[in-house]
Amino acid sequence: MSEIINVKNVTYRYDDEDQRAALQDVSFTVTKGDWVAIIGPNGSGKSTLAKTINGLIEPDNGEVTVGGLELNEKNVWSIREMVGMVFQNPDNQFVGSTVQDDVAFGLENLGIPREEMIERVRNALDKVNMLEYAEREPARLSGGQKQRVAIAGIVALRPAIMILDEATSMLDPQGREEVLRTVKEVKEQENLSVLSITHDIDEAAAANRVLVMRDGQMIQEGTPESIFSYGEKLIEMGLDLPFPERLKASLKKQGIDVPQDYLTEEGMVDWLWTYVSKK
Amino acid sequence: MAMDIRFEEVGYTYQQGTPFQSRALHDINLSIKDSSFTALVGHTGSGKSTVLQHLNALKKPTSGQVTIGDRVITHFSEDKGLKSLRKKVGIVFQFPEAQLFEETVGKDIAFGPKNFGLSEEEGLAKARELLPLVGLDESFMERSPFDLSGGQMRRVAIAGVLALEPEVLVLDEPTAGLDPQGRKDVMDMFYNLYKNQGLTVVLVTHQMDDVATYADHMIVLEKGTVMKEGHPRDLFKEAGWLSSMQLGVPSTVRFAHELEEKFQWTFDPLPLTTDELAEQMQHKLADKAGESL
Repeated sequence: MSEIINVKNVTYRYDDEDQRAALQDVSFTVTKGDWVAIIGPNGSGKSTLAKTINGLIEPDNGEVTVGGLELNEKNVWSIREMVGMVFQNPDNQFVGSTVQDDVAFGLENLGIPREEMIERVRNALDKVNMLEYAEREPARLSGGQKQRVAIAGIVALRPAIMILDEATSMLDPQGREEVLRTVKEVKEQENLSVLSITHDIDEAAAANRVLVMRDGQMIQEGTPESIFSYGEKLIEMGLDLPFPERLKASLKKQGIDVPQDYLTEEGMVDWLWTYVSKK
Repeated sequence: MAMDIRFEEVGYTYQQGTPFQSRALHDINLSIKDSSFTALVGHTGSGKSTVLQHLNALKKPTSGQVTIGDRVITHFSEDKGLKSLRKKVGIVFQFPEAQLFEETVGKDIAFGPKNFGLSEEEGLAKARELLPLVGLDESFMERSPFDLSGGQMRRVAIAGVLALEPEVLVLDEPTAGLDPQGRKDVMDMFYNLYKNQGLTVVLVTHQMDDVATYADHMIVLEKGTVMKEGHPRDLFKEAGWLSSMQLGVPSTVRFAHELEEKFQWTFDPLPLTTDELAEQMQHKLADKAGESL
């Protein structure tokens, strides 16, 4: 499997006088087709890390390689073409007066011929199920719809990597589900690698690998199941407790013996069956 | 003076009399009791923000009337005397940290009280007194608000609203963008203000788990009308109806329904938190043990 992102011993300070580095000797790799979730409390360096990958900031030390290219002044524009980012606030990333204009914006910047541009915009909107909204004003859309349009804007540019920077955190539960479903579909169809910075347990669960940041350092790495089994410690890791973990804690208070391992809701029901039938 | 808030047949139309006019509220009736913790829920575009802006007369109804404490606001109300009303009803808008502007945290919190006639020293004293209440210590007084983390900035902004000593605190998605620990801390802080200081809290939120954990009253808005009003325990019984409003139920309620189906159990009263659910489950599991003896 080929490596699409390689971050090696990266250190970064926003200000030379800062006592604490925003990133302290961080290393990780992403394999092509991976979905990696980065979790950690506010201020742990997650977003800074994302910015090093598309060269929005330049590390003080260490190396970043994206799609085989080393991040430097010469390669930064080629790398940015490979990386699409969706940000937290859906209202801060619109430039077009209609949905299709907005999706076309990035293509116009690349000087794509009009015929091809129209085709790619329609295709991208179709992939996020927003084609029927092509002529609408972005301002009139729901939060989830806005984020789907933002994703279409990225898909149209055919990047290799999509970074979601808390892209679902401002949405209602329904919007969150819409966006997550869209990312899953688009990732498969376009063979993308996804890096998602999140506090949302469902978004982290969609990943095949979870990295945990704290105070600018990467402190843990594992599958979602192995990370979720940390139970109450997940809160310190900047993640919500999954519902079964919260219920387990409450059952423990009632003096009920609960399994140590991470349980999904389904696993919880199965465990209860065994518990009830053993009595 | 009890700060009950009552909407009677309140209608609101944006840009009335222009080709762009659009009706946001349709003759709504609702009441928010003094010292209650009321959750205002509804899908995007349901009229929540418009209702919110009526709570301290930032907007006046196009028709009907809003009673806030002893003040009655109608379309014809004059702006005179609204300042004292706005002191009594403090609104924390979404991302309030975007409104911080002073050099130091202390000065930023003191800004509001100074506008209402307090001296610089009194304002700063007020700020010092409020910091622990929002979970920050006195060392923050001299720091620049712009060097703080997102969660800390949010707390400073909230302290700025509390500095006016409101009797009603209106919160518009106050935890959006905070990490889970920050969300819990901020919500617990509001709950303490409600419990210990008798503040009336109005919470606009999408987080049904928060509604279940903190609120004692719930208002469901849809397309500018009040669909239902009541105790969350009663409203969350109708999971199907809520999902037709594009609203969910708290995780505990959803899981309790699942258990009822799979195990032929009945939970009564409906559990809203995992603690309540675990307690009822403990009884059921103990009963089961009794049967087999």
